[in-house]
Amino acid sequence: MKDDPSFTNQAFKVIGTRVARPDGIDKVTGRARYGADASAAGQLVGMILRSPHAHAEIRSIDTSKAEKIAGVKAIITSADLPDKVNGKRDMLDILENCMARGRALYDGHAVAAVAAIDAETAKKALKAIKVDYKILPHVTDVDAAMQDGAPIVQSWVRTAGGDANKTTNVAQVSQFGHGNIEEGFAEADVIIERSFKTEQTHQGYIEPHACLASVGPDGSGELWVTTQGHYTFRTQCAQLLGMDIAKLKVTSSEIGGGFGGKTHVWMEPVALALSRKANRPVKLVLTREEVFRGTGPTCSTSMDIKVGAKRDGRITAALAVLRYQDGAFPGIWGMLGGMTAWACYDLPNVKAIAYDVLVNRPKVAAYRAPSAPMAAFGVESTMDLVAQAIDMDPVEFRLLNAAKEGTRASYGPTYGPIGIRATLEAVKNHPQMKAKLGPNQGRGMACGFWFNFGGQTCSTINIGTDGTVNVSVGTVDVGGSRASLSMIAAEELGVPYETVKCSVADTATLGHNDTTEGSRGTFSSGMAIIFAARNAVGELRARAAKTWDVPVEEVEWKDGTAYPMGDQHHNLKPLSLKDIAAKSPRTGGPIAGHNETVADGAGVSFASHICDVEVDPETGSTRILRYAVVQDAGKAIHPDYVEGQFQGAAAQGIGWALNEEYVYGKDGRLQNAGFLDYRIPVCSDLPFIDTTILEIPNPGHPYGIRGVGETSIVPPLAAIGNAVSNAVGVRMNHVPMSPPRILKAIKTQRAAG
Amino acid sequence: MQVAVTGLLRAAVNGAASISVEAATIRELLNKLVDRYPKFEALLDSDVAVAINGEIFRDNWSEPIPRDAEVVLMPRIQGG
Repeated sequence: MKDDPSFTNQAFKVIGTRVARPDGIDKVTGRARYGADASAAGQLVGMILRSPHAHAEIRSIDTSKAEKIAGVKAIITSADLPDKVNGKRDMLDILENCMARGRALYDGHAVAAVAAIDAETAKKALKAIKVDYKILPHVTDVDAAMQDGAPIVQSWVRTAGGDANKTTNVAQVSQFGHGNIEEGFAEADVIIERSFKTEQTHQGYIEPHACLASVGPDGSGELWVTTQGHYTFRTQCAQLLGMDIAKLKVTSSEIGGGFGGKTHVWMEPVALALSRKANRPVKLVLTREEVFRGTGPTCSTSMDIKVGAKRDGRITAALAVLRYQDGAFPGIWGMLGGMTAWACYDLPNVKAIAYDVLVNRPKVAAYRAPSAPMAAFGVESTMDLVAQAIDMDPVEFRLLNAAKEGTRASYGPTYGPIGIRATLEAVKNHPQMKAKLGPNQGRGMACGFWFNFGGQTCSTINIGTDGTVNVSVGTVDVGGSRASLSMIAAEELGVPYETVKCSVADTATLGHNDTTEGSRGTFSSGMAIIFAARNAVGELRARAAKTWDVPVEEVEWKDGTAYPMGDQHHNLKPLSLKDIAAKSPRTGGPIAGHNETVADGAGVSFASHICDVEVDPETGSTRILRYAVVQDAGKAIHPDYVEGQFQGAAAQGIGWALNEEYVYGKDGRLQNAGFLDYRIPVCSDLPFIDTTILEIPNPGHPYGIRGVGETSIVPPLAAIGNAVSNAVGVRMNHVPMSPPRILKAIKTQRAAG
Repeated sequence: MQVAVTGLLRAAVNGAASISVEAATIRELLNKLVDRYPKFEALLDSDVAVAINGEIFRDNWSEPIPRDAEVVLMPRIQGG
């Protein structure tokens, strides 16, 4: 490989400072343009008709009356979205999720769509579409879906690697681990075994899905869209609609949150298909209700956790049996739970068995460290129970068993340098651990793990004749990457941060970039920009050499300036980047740096959290008193943003732990598709979330960067569960720990004496 | 060398937890696996990652595999 991604421990001038964010003014003044903020001449309003049934055969769809309404320009059903992917299963699933094909698989599944001249006309047309449904039995609970005789969600599904003749809702069963757990449990002095459940939650991004689609009669199209990955959206839309990838230009808007929910297409192919049929631009903006019913929340789960330990605190065996529902289409969410469940610990005998199960709910999407928070809830709750059983401090118990460099991870490989022990040591010494607790108050802590990955990345640096710098990246800025990437360019080129402008380029401008997921934005584009900047510095040295008429080997680049090397050039005046840029039209034209890479070498990340709560024993209501996050960030490029990621992840975890929940009725319909009845935390629900950044460099990145955005959503469910348990003496085994659920647990325990 | 196989990938190698393969790069390793286990080919595009001495590689199939390295075939993951 030409560019070496190894960590070099170089000294920094810009990296690690807290420079002003580049998008702040636009966002607070309303100038920033989000998914719904684009318009085009002659645009139509797109709307989607959704199934009111959890599971139903679609016997017919009659659009004839709707088509006759004045102002209706196009109506589409699955007949307008034929299979263009030759039955490729994962893409066909996405297509079927965009528009039901013969069967509605969940409440909110799209069955038809309309484009009309205004919203009123579009609504009228939706009402005029007649769908003849035959209601089928449904199942929305993961345990019920695994029972013999449960309604089958997808008749083609067979358990991967299992019986090829048996219809089932179990799409796959994954196993991870090593050692012999039977022998390990036989060695244990104490064995704790518990079952846990977590309910389904939505990412809760404030900006609903929105796009403006335009397809012309020549087959070329444009899409403006709120997305975490416009290159992925381009590829998926082009494949699903039979378009050439090069003829579909996708531009990503500012994004009002994604957290995994905007990693693949939902209604964008529908908008493009409507536009193609109407030969007019179509703007499609989902309502909040549609976001809840028709896009991808995370899984609900059910799990059994078993831990055996010696009286001295060493764990001898650990087992997790995890059942995750994927919605109506197969996914890998249970598998991810299985990979992450035991990753914090150094265990001689460990096993995770993970089931991915179909139910009549929306297709599950990633949600920030997908699947890890639920497994951590079960594992970290059980860890506390084991610590109590052997009368050991829960932090010391975890430290004794924590993974370290050289530990074989429960998911397979051996760890390099990792930070779990450092986070636990920091928790042990954190001032919050000494804060006094009052009546009905309790303290809990928990650990969490998440991966990080890189992927295909492409970046360009262009230097203007005034010495300012444009950085073009293809990774959508979901968490401040334009700031961190500008800092990296400034660091490498040796110019002030304020002279660098970073933009997210559209799909016609750069080569493919993978989606911003897996905490990869700053990791991967940062790597590409380092190499692109070094590429540009090579050109800057060449231009200085040309100016001085000396060999390029005799030009040194230091702090943004070219210096001639050797005494023979003592009469030559150093040339700054600005000097060289000003003369660039006469030394060879524009100066640029470019890089394409697959940014492998990602490092894993760990966090440990402390939570203090007060529980009202009369109402079951929980108030978070204090909350502290400790996480290994690798090198923190912009500490403000890193702290913001820690706080945001913890806040989402707090909402998940205490309130957020998809509530389904017996009819399989979602009962709370709105923020009034689905309660995410607001500022008044939260204390200031304290943060501690640890910097254990990732050896696989030149700056030591690790992903930081996801890990800290992993511990909160368990940290809060442990705190509530310590506050009221009742072990909570069901998330969210909402007031009715806590009250019921307290009353049940009182009744039991 | 011995290559550990985790998760569902085992189904593609007849259930083996570990297999013996000699390969100098990830590409050579994957090609040999496809030769030996034809079902493995369907997994190459989006389902496989390779960890070499603890470092996970998803896309750089040119990565050399050092002699006596720890090699683990693991599922390719998604994030949020």
